[in-house]
Amino acid sequence: MNDSAELQVNGRKHKLEIDPSRSLLSVLRDDLDLTGSKYGCGEGRCGACTVVIDGKATRSCITRVGDCTGKPITTIEGLEHDGKLHPLQDAFIQCDAMQCGYCTAGMIMTGVALLGKNPTPSVSEIVQSMNGNICRCGTYPRILAAIGRAAENRKGGAR
Amino acid sequence: MNLMTLEPERYELIEAPRYHFDLDRREFCKLLGGGILVCLVLGETSAQERGQGRRGFGGNMPQELAAWLHISQVGKVTVFTGKVEIGQNIRTSLAQVVAEELRLPVAAIELVMADTDRTPFDMGTFGSMTSPVMAPQLRRVASAAREALVDLAAEESKVDPAGLTVADGKVTDKAGGRSFAFGELTKGKALTKKVDADTPTTPPKDWKIAGTSVAKVDARALVTGKHQYTPDVKRPGMLHGKIVRPAAFKASLVSVDVKDAEAMKGVTVVRDGDFIGVAASSEALAEQAVAAVRAEWKTLAQINSKDLFAVLRKGGSSGIAGGEGFGGRGNQKQGDLDKGLAAADHKLQATYTVAFIAHAPLEPRAAVAEWQDGKLTVWTGTQRPFGVRQELARAFEMPEKSIRVIAPDMGSAYGGKHTGEAAVEAARLAKAAGKPVKLVWTREEEFTWAYFRPAGVIEVTSGATKDGTLTAWEFHNYNSGGSAIASPYETPNRHVAFHAASSPLRQGSYRALAATANHFARETHLDELAHALGIDPLALRLKNLKNERLRAVLEAAAEHFGWGKTKPAPGHGFGIAGGTEKGSYVATCAEVTADTATGQVKVVRLVTAFECGTILNPEHLKNQVEGALIMGLGGALFEAIDFADGKILNARFSKYRVPRFSDAPAVETILLDRKDLPSAGAGETPIVAVAPAVGNAIFAASGIRLRSMPMIPGGLKKPS
Repeated sequence: MNDSAELQVNGRKHKLEIDPSRSLLSVLRDDLDLTGSKYGCGEGRCGACTVVIDGKATRSCITRVGDCTGKPITTIEGLEHDGKLHPLQDAFIQCDAMQCGYCTAGMIMTGVALLGKNPTPSVSEIVQSMNGNICRCGTYPRILAAIGRAAENRKGGAR
Repeated sequence: MNLMTLEPERYELIEAPRYHFDLDRREFCKLLGGGILVCLVLGETSAQERGQGRRGFGGNMPQELAAWLHISQVGKVTVFTGKVEIGQNIRTSLAQVVAEELRLPVAAIELVMADTDRTPFDMGTFGSMTSPVMAPQLRRVASAAREALVDLAAEESKVDPAGLTVADGKVTDKAGGRSFAFGELTKGKALTKKVDADTPTTPPKDWKIAGTSVAKVDARALVTGKHQYTPDVKRPGMLHGKIVRPAAFKASLVSVDVKDAEAMKGVTVVRDGDFIGVAASSEALAEQAVAAVRAEWKTLAQINSKDLFAVLRKGGSSGIAGGEGFGGRGNQKQGDLDKGLAAADHKLQATYTVAFIAHAPLEPRAAVAEWQDGKLTVWTGTQRPFGVRQELARAFEMPEKSIRVIAPDMGSAYGGKHTGEAAVEAARLAKAAGKPVKLVWTREEEFTWAYFRPAGVIEVTSGATKDGTLTAWEFHNYNSGGSAIASPYETPNRHVAFHAASSPLRQGSYRALAATANHFARETHLDELAHALGIDPLALRLKNLKNERLRAVLEAAAEHFGWGKTKPAPGHGFGIAGGTEKGSYVATCAEVTADTATGQVKVVRLVTAFECGTILNPEHLKNQVEGALIMGLGGALFEAIDFADGKILNARFSKYRVPRFSDAPAVETILLDRKDLPSAGAGETPIVAVAPAVGNAIFAASGIRLRSMPMIPGGLKKPS
């Protein structure tokens, strides 16, 4: 059954007539054409679909869209502002922290949520926060370096 | 559609289509407008396109021109290659080599890749062929284009071409004080330049752009989520597809009732033989429609994981048709094995096993198919777009020229996407629905209906004298494959053989193929021999090794690791392994902690030396090596497909353990750049040494010798 729902994605409000039991991921991708968030497993075990809701890294593939109304949702498409990348996006490029790039959006969103809560995470805190995200290409050391670098850069910027 | 056929190690047996028809050259020029089009005479181009000339079909290939590079009237450079970007960064490295020859920045080069209507025929992106074959080919093409531009400028300014220089998109006549932009030299004419195999290119020692760590050209599109992978492609009026899968492998359809599904609004149901699928206006509706189909399948009792190795060891019919060359490539028989064993002070016999594992690329198989005016266009994640075009032509009994396959840069493959299942399925649904259809396989489908890296049993018997000289080497590989089966160690008496077996699961290509299994067995066995003889494992290898390139990586890895110089801390162990495959060389030293009480093993540090001839992009090469090591840890430690009666029992990431952040050790990579040697591929070989290096380190730490991959699926235990 379709309900009307209002989704707040990347600072924009979308009025939708949708089945509230659908996954947030499918609504983002198929209804809003925000395809940066990826399907990888459908059970919240790979992290490719990660978005940030209310500051929290959330697996959109196992999140009912009906539970997201009224909450601020940020997807990978919402990080760039006026052509300027988020520091973590920059750090991913600087550290060459990707190969095929399919996990990248989910990695960055998980990392963004972590840095939002903890601007200076230790390596073990990064590992703990990121452990639910899979990179089959095996770029984990580079992603760790990128998150560390983004944290450093922000610190530098604040000084 | 019976998917239960056995897949050979595909690049060994792949059959090139007997004929192919590139887009007509005049039509091509029309599309591109004026400028210079550089073509290669196909018969003289890459060995790969001629199937390496080994299967006899090379001679049948038509001698025709294929367009590789175009420089437009505004100086825009477009390169056309049938290769696919799967994360190995060839979109960058190939742009680099073209930029080098044209003396242009990398950003000025656009690569059109993997589009059967726009790019020259290509066998596929596998077997580490891009760097050794495609890169030199594009260097020749770009070099010829540069020379053609110089000739045009010389003609225009009536000077000797030798006095002209090329830089920044211009040909400059310094003496005459004139320069010509690339685009204006063609004066709107469409010029075609033919290139042959011996066009000279800039030697690597003079490279300024190639060979440097140019940043990934598409990085921004990836970090912003803008890049469109196949599952992101959207077409007007597009429907979503789902397939009704059989209850098990080899199951046959007894009865099916599709009435309820057909009654659903916005749903098209297709029943064609054993193929049952639906197309619907949304993915959710497609799922509901599939759930409403009532299908009854007849299943058969089948081999289970626990019986796997006994079955493979029996050998039997291979299912690998026309096995000429397959596996037999590395087979060796020389000297007298009995004499060699009699001369040995120490003999060792051991059996090693390797489980089936899945590629599990994060982007599962997917396709978007669209029929228009009898022409079929399919976007799909495949390493073989031209091969998939052929599959589609066969499936729909239509000419290849009416089919276009486009492989967007992909969420990786690792050898797992040589086939076009999703493309055929999506096209079948789209044909029935009369609208474009997108089909994205679920993770469970990808784990179940793709193919696996072959499992195998390897039996090794060896003999050595007290000083560590190998006198005998007998090596039998059952089912896993023949890649790198030949031992690089000097042994006068040897018998090395691959034996085909009857595989219970569909098996196929995988990053480095059987080179991983064969190195695991060989390099573990040498470690066992070294310990039995009381000789340092590195010293034993070097004693029996003449191959300078392999010696060099072993020595470099050992030196950077501190092998023989530092002692492992209590509970820690060091291991070393090395090897060669596809023309490149790798050695890995591992440090692990292993706790026999808790069963916990942690790989602490990996130091790897790698050499693949001339390096095209050092940073990206490092990334490849690191990635291969970490991916390799999965197969080494815990990845294994569990199956019973034609069903995969762990077809999810929650049940199939892949390496995660917490598994990643500190990695150090040493690259040996050999600018005097041609480039070899690097995406595969770095994976082959990590499993034995880690296993040898586990033994050093715990005294437990592990001879099965994965080694610690349930933690560290003494093998029963």
